[in-house]
Amino acid sequence: MATPVTMPQLGESVTEGTILRWIKAEGEEVGKDEPLCEVETDKVTAELPSPFAGRVERFLVPEGTTVDVGVEIALLAAVGSLGEEPETPVTEEFPSAGTEAQPTARNGSPGGRRNATVGSVPGGKGSSSSESAAALRQRRSSPVVRRLAAEHGVEIAEVPGTGCDGRVTRKDIEAYVESLPEQPVSEPPATAPLPGEPNAPETHHDAAGREPVEVHERDAVIEVTGTRRAIASRMSLSKREAPHAWTMVEADVSGLVALRETEKEAFRRREGLKLTYLPFVVRAVVEGLREHPVLNSVWDGDRIVLRGEVNVGVAVDLEDALVVPVIRRADSLSLIGLARETDDRVRRAREGRLTPEDVSGGTFTVNNSGSLGSVVSTPIINYPQAAILSAEAVVKRPVVVDDAIAVRSMMNLEVSFDHRILDGGAALRFLNAVKGRLEKLALEDGLR
Amino acid sequence: MATKNLLEAIHDGLAEEMRADESVMVLGEDVGRAGGVFRVTEGLQEEFGPLRVLDTPLAESLISGAAIGLSVNGMRPVAEIQFADFIPPAFDQIVSEAARFYYRSNGAWSCPLTIRVPYGAVPGGALYHSQSVEAYFCNTPGLKVVAPSFPADAKAMLKSAIRDPNPVLFFEHKKSYRLVKEEVPEEVPEVPLDEARVHREGTDLTVVSYGMVLHTVLEVAEKLREEQGIETEVVEPRTLYPLDRASILEAARKTGKFLVVSEANVTGSVSAEIAALVAREAFEWLDAPVTRLGAPDVPVAGFAKPMMDALVPDAAKIEDAMLELARY
Repeated sequence: MATPVTMPQLGESVTEGTILRWIKAEGEEVGKDEPLCEVETDKVTAELPSPFAGRVERFLVPEGTTVDVGVEIALLAAVGSLGEEPETPVTEEFPSAGTEAQPTARNGSPGGRRNATVGSVPGGKGSSSSESAAALRQRRSSPVVRRLAAEHGVEIAEVPGTGCDGRVTRKDIEAYVESLPEQPVSEPPATAPLPGEPNAPETHHDAAGREPVEVHERDAVIEVTGTRRAIASRMSLSKREAPHAWTMVEADVSGLVALRETEKEAFRRREGLKLTYLPFVVRAVVEGLREHPVLNSVWDGDRIVLRGEVNVGVAVDLEDALVVPVIRRADSLSLIGLARETDDRVRRAREGRLTPEDVSGGTFTVNNSGSLGSVVSTPIINYPQAAILSAEAVVKRPVVVDDAIAVRSMMNLEVSFDHRILDGGAALRFLNAVKGRLEKLALEDGLR
Repeated sequence: MATKNLLEAIHDGLAEEMRADESVMVLGEDVGRAGGVFRVTEGLQEEFGPLRVLDTPLAESLISGAAIGLSVNGMRPVAEIQFADFIPPAFDQIVSEAARFYYRSNGAWSCPLTIRVPYGAVPGGALYHSQSVEAYFCNTPGLKVVAPSFPADAKAMLKSAIRDPNPVLFFEHKKSYRLVKEEVPEEVPEVPLDEARVHREGTDLTVVSYGMVLHTVLEVAEKLREEQGIETEVVEPRTLYPLDRASILEAARKTGKFLVVSEANVTGSVSAEIAALVAREAFEWLDAPVTRLGAPDVPVAGFAKPMMDALVPDAAKIEDAMLELARY
């Protein structure tokens, strides 16, 4: 007796996943928790562990196909029944016609296909789904509706549908988005303009109406992956929703540099890890957030929610993508704990082994742009968080100390913040708290 | 500015090109002394003489073959195939010779040839006088296939076709010859052979169409706007091969609901190519199934009028299809 394996929900607000690769072959045995396939969602790429031991009887979804959470993707024969012949011989290479595969039927009202599409071929081989087109129309969405919903962060189910059989149309989504209360960007800033605030209000480009890009002979076209599309829509959402303001301070981290130089060899021998500036920065940020909790918050329309936990996300560059794994309860970790945790996250991010839990629940983000040599950056807020901090590269610069010119190791620290939640004053008080902690560090502090 | 029907506009365009360029000539069945079965070439033999307006035997292969020979030797012949239904005997000359002459001679000889093809359903036309054969030629690299539906466009595009260095098939819907009229300026602005025309803009659905049914589509679009406030974007490809993909896609992406209407048999039609283009390139913008409306896959419009009416998309069928999409 074969038991179906379904697409699990890989993280909050994840509704679908793409089978990147089947790791097992049909007919192969698989142990409990042994990886069965590689699944890409808009948040992570993860290996899907087999829910029980058995033999892969057949795959119901071909590689590269995106299916909704809950859709059956494979049939496993339980170990007890190994040796039994499968009930039906596997004859089709791609059974059940791909993406429509076995939706969990709730209102599978019978009723034939509406014979209305002009010029369509009657009686064509469709999916094995027994649901009527009318039932499917209420739950499934057209490409443009899905795209607009993702861009605006709208749950399609919440939108009243006026289309055929009550389906949600493009116009319904557009009207719904229009009706959402939107905060005007033109709110005058409470404080004096911040130094170097670079962001003029963006013109809102509706992607549906954008000019098609002309592709010329020597151009290369790269199809956008799920991860890239998710990054694009998160970034656009943040810039559209949160009025970004930006400010920067310079920190003299000569003491920190000396401390790290002295400790790093011993640290490597003891911990097996490279000692970077990142845990020092994260610790200073965590302590700064404790003093200035408004930076650790979320805008919620008519109220601001201050987060009780300090869960710090660390942006990791993956060459073709960006992921932000989260260090939970970072305020409960020592410097060495933070060093271990950040190293673990960065390493697993690079190896593509992050779990959905690793990338959710963040309350503040640290952008480690200095590791790539950057000295100034204007990061985009990891929406809906209140702010993001960039720690830049440590560079030796001539600076004035006690009216004399000295060579010091300097690091720029910047925050981009949601100007709805806080103003430049609060941002700078936080930034100066971080700066003060980093500047205070000295050789004699050791790694405590 | 004078009001001209499609037939007069084509006649004028032809006569003007013949006056402007001595190498332009006409050949075909009854085009000379009789002035053409539809009177498109009326008066041309009197003005330009029997050698530039040449009556040929009843042999389409000869007409196109002779025109190919003339064209590679410096002339710009305009051949007339009396009815599109008679073009199959000329098929080999057109697709095997004219379409490839330039390519096969490594660019030594181009084939600046225009073949005028009256097509489309007319009452009583039946098997030999009512077919839409344009799709046969839209699968043949080396050819250009144009099908203007308005007099001013037809005049301008005939001039462009004659001046074009490639073999151009020029489809004229014969039912529109005397039925479709508009103001045509003496000096028509140039119309290139790769540009679609947007007849009206809309936000609810997009319809692409050409030929007589385009005129019906435009009437229905106006009716739906007045009666139901449905705004339809209507685009005419004008050139069927190569297609103005950018304009079609822009219109499709604008509304996400796409219908293509012609009176040709649906399977393997120009509509099929347009639908495939939209399904692939406008996928992320689609809000309804890409839809085609055309004649079912049976041999042409019947001799009996009710049968013809049942096969060619009429206003009622077009309205149904447009409403279904608008409400989808």
